[in-house]
Amino acid sequence: MDNKILSAQVNMDDFIPATEEEKEYMVQMRPSSTFFKDSVKRLLKNKVATACFFIIVLITLAAIFVPMFWPYKYDQALGMVPGKPVDNTFNDLAPFEYGRSEIKKMDNGEKVVPHIFGTDSQGRDYFIRVVYGTRISLAVGFFASIIVLIIGMTIGAVAGYAGGKVDLIIMRIVDIIYSLPDMLMVILLSSVLKVALEGTLDGTVLAKIGSNIISLFIVFGLLYWVSMARLIRGQILSLKEQEYVLASQAAGAKGKWIILKHLIPNCFSVIIISTALQIPSAIFTESFLSFLGLGVNAPMPSLGSLASDALNGISSYPYRLVFPALVISLIVLSLNLFGDGLRDAFDPKLDT
Amino acid sequence: MNTKTLMYILKRILLAVVTVWVVITVTFFVMHAVPGGPFVGEKAVTPAVQAAMEAKYGLDKPLGVQYLTYLKDITRFDFGPSLKLRGRNITDIIVDGMKTSIKLGVIAAFIALAFGVVFGSIAALRRNKIIDRIIMIITTAFVSMPSFIMGSLLLIVFSTKLGWLPANGAQKNGLILPVITLSLYPMAYITRLTRSSMLEVLGQDYIRTAKAKGVSGVKIIFGHALKNSLIPVITYFGPMLAYIVTGSLVVEQIFAVPGIGRAFVNSITGRDYPLVMGTTIVLATLIVFMNLVGDVMYKIVDPRITLE
Repeated sequence: MDNKILSAQVNMDDFIPATEEEKEYMVQMRPSSTFFKDSVKRLLKNKVATACFFIIVLITLAAIFVPMFWPYKYDQALGMVPGKPVDNTFNDLAPFEYGRSEIKKMDNGEKVVPHIFGTDSQGRDYFIRVVYGTRISLAVGFFASIIVLIIGMTIGAVAGYAGGKVDLIIMRIVDIIYSLPDMLMVILLSSVLKVALEGTLDGTVLAKIGSNIISLFIVFGLLYWVSMARLIRGQILSLKEQEYVLASQAAGAKGKWIILKHLIPNCFSVIIISTALQIPSAIFTESFLSFLGLGVNAPMPSLGSLASDALNGISSYPYRLVFPALVISLIVLSLNLFGDGLRDAFDPKLDT
Repeated sequence: MNTKTLMYILKRILLAVVTVWVVITVTFFVMHAVPGGPFVGEKAVTPAVQAAMEAKYGLDKPLGVQYLTYLKDITRFDFGPSLKLRGRNITDIIVDGMKTSIKLGVIAAFIALAFGVVFGSIAALRRNKIIDRIIMIITTAFVSMPSFIMGSLLLIVFSTKLGWLPANGAQKNGLILPVITLSLYPMAYITRLTRSSMLEVLGQDYIRTAKAKGVSGVKIIFGHALKNSLIPVITYFGPMLAYIVTGSLVVEQIFAVPGIGRAFVNSITGRDYPLVMGTTIVLATLIVFMNLVGDVMYKIVDPRITLE
């Protein structure tokens, strides 16, 4: 092309339609990734965390589904059949031993599901008790964490967004609750709540859960929300200075909208990490309380109460302690390691 | 010490005092909110006897008056008589229990500190070698195991199976197993803490300078690295003692150690309300005080750190 004076001097070659080959070059090679997808990918690269996740899923599934098809019930004394004298041969069986009527059945060629972990002093199948105890412990840990999450998130978000006097008062309360010796207060409150709730719960749906577990939830709701509230508040304090909050305010959004639509979603990684680490600590606390006799109501088992009961016959039946002890250690260990993995994956700024 | 540090310490002391007051108040009102009052479960008593008993323990007065009397008594370290252990003062029970529990706790704390720092340093110096891996695996396991399970397993192995040590804490050598049980968790924690902070310190410039000057490895560790890497361990001081106090509740129960932890648990299961209040307040004050000491020490050792 000639260079003419006063022409726009446009290179006409630049306006030729792109060939198929060139178009190919511009096509996105893979769909754009979100923060969540990136984090999950990072998490999957962490072999320990992934393995722990599978262990947790496996234990949870077993805890949910095994009681559905297992032939024994957690509170069923096998020696006691209506209309027949109590059969003591079912009590205190070692693993893979059978009661008298079961041996008779087997002689007749019938199949009997073995007592993998033996039976306890009242002739209850110990395996199903451990499974059921796992179910209770996991459920308590999960729901307690949800309670802590909801209360801590709400209070923390309000304190952080409102600022000023509201923030000051809330944070002083948080400081005091934070410095309370939690375990002592938990023991004190749950022992009192247990007595206080015993009468009032009768006849309601809550009676089925039992006064002890309810009081445990109340105590968690009262005491354990503070660290979550602190975390969320800290996040919100820095997030609320961002331009999109100002833009939303300028568009006329109310505080509730801004907190729910803009601030909380941006605290996502903090929330998911601390909730994941809250579950094992709740399970820990529940088992501790059960061990002291303040946990679930009998005959319902939890891993802590099973271990506590096992202590009485420890010289003759040590395996009764070992089974729940192993399960609880495995759960807490895998949840902790998984939580650490989550933290590494979801918080890339954090360098540990 | 500058004024800022001083202000921080004063604020921290104020918080501790308020916390202790909250504990006392919560404990008092919670214990008085229990339905039925403290004499439920006693042998059937006539209303006259009941009234006489309540008058004796001052339970007939208005709650506010009782509360003020209780606060006044506490300042003189007088928690009143026990309801269940007839003729015994709660103060005496607490002092008796404390003698055993403090011995247990202090030994456990020292063992945890000594071994934790040593193992942590070894792991840091042999980073990613086999010994480091072994130490990290063992400490991870210890950190995840509740103290009652650790105690029970030790009881099975060393007392029931091997018969080396007594299962009862009141016997000769009976405190060995409880002490080990209590020290394992903090020891594992301190090991991990020391390891990570030692690794951080070893990467600092002044360590490289020391190396370049030709200072020997041992001297670098003891003269330069260890001192600075112990700072995070100091923050753990308070939480460790808090752990030991709560841990002693179950450990004393497992090994039947006649300490304050067992007195606390027994008072709860036996509904001995004045004893519950007394032990809760003493243990809570102890924990709050230890946390205070830990925080203040940390601030003094490293003034660069700004604590909330």
